[in-house]
Amino acid sequence: MLLRMPGPRSPPGHSFGNRAVTPEAVEPLTMTHDAVLVARGLGKRYRRRWALSECTLTVPAGRVVGLVGPNGAGKTTLMRLAVGLLAPSAGTVEVLGGRPAESPAQLGRVGFVAQDTPTYANLSVADHLRLGGWLNTRWDRGLAERRIERLGLDPRQRAGRLSGGQRAQLALALAVAKRPDLLVLDEPVASLDPLARREFLQGISEVVAEHGVSVVLSSHLVADLERVCDFVIVLVASRVRVAGTIEELLAAHHRLTGPRDPKIGDGQDIADGQVIEARHTDEQSTLLVRSDRPIADPRWTVAPLSLEDIVLAYMGTEVRS
Amino acid sequence: MIRLTWRQFRTSAAVAFGALLVMAVLAALTGPDLAHVYAATMTACRRTGDCSSATQSFLLTDRGLHTTFDTLVTVVPGLLGVFWGAPLIAREIEAGTFPLVWTQSVTRTRWLVVKLAVVGLAGMLVAGLLSLVVTWWAAPLDRAAVAAYDTFGGRDLAPVGYAALAFMIGVTAGMLIHRTVPAMAVALFAFVVVRVCFSYGIRPRIIGPEHRVLALDPTSTGSGFAISPSTILNSLFNGRPPTALDPAAPDMPNAWIYSSRVVDGSGHDLTQPVLDAACPDTVSGGGAPAVPGHIEVPEAQRRAWQACVSKVGATYHQLVTYQPADRYWTLQWIEVAIYGTAALLLGAFCVWWVRRRRIA
Repeated sequence: MLLRMPGPRSPPGHSFGNRAVTPEAVEPLTMTHDAVLVARGLGKRYRRRWALSECTLTVPAGRVVGLVGPNGAGKTTLMRLAVGLLAPSAGTVEVLGGRPAESPAQLGRVGFVAQDTPTYANLSVADHLRLGGWLNTRWDRGLAERRIERLGLDPRQRAGRLSGGQRAQLALALAVAKRPDLLVLDEPVASLDPLARREFLQGISEVVAEHGVSVVLSSHLVADLERVCDFVIVLVASRVRVAGTIEELLAAHHRLTGPRDPKIGDGQDIADGQVIEARHTDEQSTLLVRSDRPIADPRWTVAPLSLEDIVLAYMGTEVRS
Repeated sequence: MIRLTWRQFRTSAAVAFGALLVMAVLAALTGPDLAHVYAATMTACRRTGDCSSATQSFLLTDRGLHTTFDTLVTVVPGLLGVFWGAPLIAREIEAGTFPLVWTQSVTRTRWLVVKLAVVGLAGMLVAGLLSLVVTWWAAPLDRAAVAAYDTFGGRDLAPVGYAALAFMIGVTAGMLIHRTVPAMAVALFAFVVVRVCFSYGIRPRIIGPEHRVLALDPTSTGSGFAISPSTILNSLFNGRPPTALDPAAPDMPNAWIYSSRVVDGSGHDLTQPVLDAACPDTVSGGGAPAVPGHIEVPEAQRRAWQACVSKVGATYHQLVTYQPADRYWTLQWIEVAIYGTAALLLGAFCVWWVRRRRIA
């Protein structure tokens, strides 16, 4: 399985890796020109409930960024704020250097596929493509038609009669043919079966390879992200727990197993790095440790981790604390 | 954006204009005949000199179609609000399609303004054409009825204003409620309330009415009063004058008669005790017929009643409060202007609300 999308899109020598370990450590990036999305103290309140609060994060440009977190972490709210469907109750969000949905031009630069990939049930596939042409100045009709053709969709078919996977592909085609600089996808595969899910993610990879668009994709399934993303942001309760390229995350996290040491707890610093998650049995302790250096302490047996292990560990610590 | 609006709207537009066409054809087929019957009736009755009973029977011509058209022109503005207004925003929210359309390169302000303009103007056009057809078709009947204000809301310009406001009430309800069916119910209820309150509470007060004083006519004055939904609503909004006597409607063609009271020189209403004191024996026997067709009363009783009315008539007279017939068009224009302004205000509110991104 290809984990990363190597190539000219990733600026050489430029690292976004591993900056966030604790919420306090998250500092806003100042290099906005390299970011497609910058949120500062961003919050959204529905009546009394905050769906997102004091969210500060940066999404790097030129990458396929996976936004992962448990349900209720604020992923959907963050994305809706980013595409201008919602207005912030607090803080700011800047997308491609502008305020979301402030102008037709700004709207045209951001493609969005909402959760459950909505389409007009009583309009045909061809109608949807026409609609895209009517409502967008940078509309690439050929691109939209090629995608629909490649997917084998009948242009006369009503969108309401498409399968979930086909509908998702239609929504993606609409978002892509706008020729956006940033594609925002809010759990587009959540309701798809495994095959449709794979095909959709493949579609994203194709788009990225062909047009070099930046992508932010949210999901709560790490496997989906591994398939298509090269950068992961773990968002828990509006806070970035960790962010980095998949490569860096894998390189910097280790599982240490050694004799039981119940003094070691979550979030604690040890000689070799920071403990993200500590588990103790009667005889031994197992630690998930973030460290940029090789583990020196001979007590520990070091084993590599999967991306899922890392992500779940970051999500889990918040739940327990 | 206009093309998308049209694409989404064209089916309902086709249904509405198709129905309108059917109606227009029906009117065109029967209208000339109706006008012909009216002309013949009037020529015949002028020869005999009694046009009142001839007109009464002419008013029953094409009764089914007459009722249908009057009902249609009354309910269609409300239906436009329910079926075109309420789903306009609510369905996009309900079906979850607003994230799709609001993230295309069209600002949501423009999206809403175009939708409101296209569908709203089409609704006004439907109501206007419907009113035009009905006004044309029913012209002979209306001329015979000489009660222009009775059909005020179903003729000429008024339905256009109603359609505009009903549509905007529907849109606003859908926007605030987010669900189509409840929004439809709320829109219908709100529009009916507005329409009734305006017709009975506000319209009579827009221009001050005129007054006319008439002597009591013993032969045509009865007792008691008629009850109809319209008189009940009227008394609800404007109160009922305490009328012990019921003088016949004055002969004022096409005037809008607010009330016809029996008052003395200083404007005090004739009360039942005063009437009882004036003629103690007659009143208990019931009233005399004011309108032909009532139950026949014995001759003696009728004469006693008439003597009584003459006696009361020495100090009391009939005071008619009314809106003259020639103010009909002024009131029509005012009606359209007020409803249209209210619709525009609601439209501005919707744009403001959607701009503030209170949806989603």
